[in-house]
Amino acid sequence: MTPLAVLAGPASPADLVAARTQMALSLGWHIVFACLGVGMPALLLFTEWRAHRTGDADYLRLARRWATAVGVLFAVGAVSGTILSFEMGLLWPGLMGVYGEVIGLPFALEGIAFFIEAIFLGIYLYAWDRLSPRAHLLSGVPVLVAGVASAMFVVSANAWMNQPRGFDLDGGRVTGVAPWAAMFNPATAPQSVHMIIAAFMVSGFGTAGVYAVALLRGRRDRYHRLGFLVPFTLAAALSPVQILAGDFAARFLAGYQPTKLAAAEALFRTGPNAPLHLGGLVLDGQIRYAVEIPSGLSMLVGFTPGTVVQGLDRAAPADRPPIAPVHLAFDTMVGIGTLLLLLSAWLALSWWRRRDMPASPWFLRFASVAGVLAVVAVETGWVVTEVGRQPWIVYGRMRTLEAVNPAPGLWAGFTVVAVVYAVLTVAVVYVLRHVARTGHVAPQETAET
Amino acid sequence: MEPAQILLAVMWVGLTLYALLGGADFGAGVLDLLAGRSRAGMPQRRLIEHSIGPVWEANHVWLIFVLVVLWTGFPMVFASVMSTLYIPLTLAALGIIARGAAFAFRKASTELWQQRLFGGAFALSSVLTPFFLGTVAGAIASGRVEPGLAAGDLVTSWLNPTSLLGGALAVLVCAYLAAVYLCDDAARSGTPELADGFRLRALVAAAATGAVALAGIAVLHQDAPRLYSGLTHRALPLVVASAVLGIASIVLLWRRRHLLVRAAAVLAVVAVMWGWPVAQYPAVLPPGLTYQEAAATPVVITTVLVVAGVGALLVLPSILWLFLLQRRMPYDSHQT
Repeated sequence: MTPLAVLAGPASPADLVAARTQMALSLGWHIVFACLGVGMPALLLFTEWRAHRTGDADYLRLARRWATAVGVLFAVGAVSGTILSFEMGLLWPGLMGVYGEVIGLPFALEGIAFFIEAIFLGIYLYAWDRLSPRAHLLSGVPVLVAGVASAMFVVSANAWMNQPRGFDLDGGRVTGVAPWAAMFNPATAPQSVHMIIAAFMVSGFGTAGVYAVALLRGRRDRYHRLGFLVPFTLAAALSPVQILAGDFAARFLAGYQPTKLAAAEALFRTGPNAPLHLGGLVLDGQIRYAVEIPSGLSMLVGFTPGTVVQGLDRAAPADRPPIAPVHLAFDTMVGIGTLLLLLSAWLALSWWRRRDMPASPWFLRFASVAGVLAVVAVETGWVVTEVGRQPWIVYGRMRTLEAVNPAPGLWAGFTVVAVVYAVLTVAVVYVLRHVARTGHVAPQETAET
Repeated sequence: MEPAQILLAVMWVGLTLYALLGGADFGAGVLDLLAGRSRAGMPQRRLIEHSIGPVWEANHVWLIFVLVVLWTGFPMVFASVMSTLYIPLTLAALGIIARGAAFAFRKASTELWQQRLFGGAFALSSVLTPFFLGTVAGAIASGRVEPGLAAGDLVTSWLNPTSLLGGALAVLVCAYLAAVYLCDDAARSGTPELADGFRLRALVAAAATGAVALAGIAVLHQDAPRLYSGLTHRALPLVVASAVLGIASIVLLWRRRHLLVRAAAVLAVVAVMWGWPVAQYPAVLPPGLTYQEAAATPVVITTVLVVAGVGALLVLPSILWLFLLQRRMPYDSHQT
């Protein structure tokens, strides 16, 4: 049998761009719902637990309202995630034909986690009044656990693309596959920790943002305050942890994927006293308008100015990622992370001083956009991960061009997909606004009222 | 049995469950399309929502399970199928997203025009998705997917008599299963007039499926002789069983033995689902590529089998609980 990689004809550059854009669109779209699917159950379970413990009607109302939103969000997340497993083969058959068996294990585990999530969410949403309060609360726990687990599994498959382990290549076919070694590769821990925290932050800041808008419009009752404070507190508590997790991820890059870090930091020359570039734009192969902190990057990587940090000059020009978008995305992510940390500190300070949230409307104004900012941070973070790995789809092993479907006409497919996603985006926003505004609770969930 | 054989069987069990459970959810969407105008069709649509609402997402995961097992256990088959059948599979994927999203949106909407719009999208995509998945089955079964990246013809691989037969049969079988299940659900919910409506639809769908299957014999004889010979030789007992069970289900429908109809219909579809692989075994991509050639390294296969086994211990009892809860959920036909 001739290996698939050899059978693959050359893909046209335009089709490669189409395939990459389609994958970026579907992944970038799904990731928002995936984040909410991981984080929202925690908020839901916390409010429901408070409602049962205290008999507090406001907590119960919040839990019911969030459950309706989760019903919509999970459905959209489930189907938009399915498209991705199709696209793995539709767009990247060269990757899957050779390496499908190496990265199959985390996906198989993710499939099981997804089953558990879908089953128990069905029970949680539809059997609210058929179960005792305690049993109902417990039925939500597997949703939370499986959600976090599936995030870890899926990210470990992506981590493998950054740190391919657990196989040998023999004439284009993999041999000596070690599935567990492939799954627990060096990138798995830094990437999955960073992503799971991000999912909770998106959920927390995103949900709080809805109530921040309501508070700004003068609906300052207890229900809206709780709806703001519970999710915001969760996200705020995680903000400093996320900075540490991000530092862990960047330090990992310095050791394992120095080219990606060099692109993110726009570091062209290898050497000690590597500067840290804040902001700036990469134009014509050099960084301009950046605030430069002398030896800053060396200090961050190795704690001494003498630490040698590898620059882009060590990679052959054909093996370098596009630097401008990676650096811009990286700075955007870090900038937003810092802003969210400051916003969280504002709440903490105010709570410590006066046992209340900041009185300034500016706090709520910032808080109302914090969710959107958190989403932007997640998206730009994935740009750093994915674009920063280029031209490789499997780092050092397979180029993206080798993996793409050689079939002609991927552009046409991308156009259709883009139109469908545009319509879907409008519909999701419309329906969620409708749920938020009318407080419509689906019939199955209020059988007793 | 060797591990690769077991994994092939496990994958096919997954695909069968997807057809029986997920297929019926699509079929419910097909019936939703045929339920009539907004007001007249309201009770039917409400029962459809009641029946599939809690379970469709879990049922849908079987498809993901099958895809993952395929690419892990038989990576070359996955790569060949997905790259050659890029067009129908992209359309099926878009159908899946439209169906799921529109169903959830309709449930969260209150205005009639919203429910109409999302309901229309839900129903239409419920027809298109099984149709395109059926054309994919026809493409593989008739030996039009060659091993290799986009090695088969991108258009004629799925636009051919066997694929069109596969697409039509898939839609009809989904509608048939859904009508049978809904008939039983309606009878148990104490709405006999609804049950009679679905009973009629089940009878029509059963007759139509039978007619298309009969015509299909001639199509396969002409268009896919190898598959035809497999179905008329090694797989003949399964083909006969599906025909007998199909006829039995019509008789039982006629006599309103709803629960028995459910069993007969399920078994008839199981027989069809297993007839195909038995007919082409040991080829996974007929005519040439056998499962032995396509199988991943043994350690991968055993690992996936162990994971699937442990997963089954977690997933199957949970699914049973969900189905039990769903069956016992009271249906109030006068809800607003």
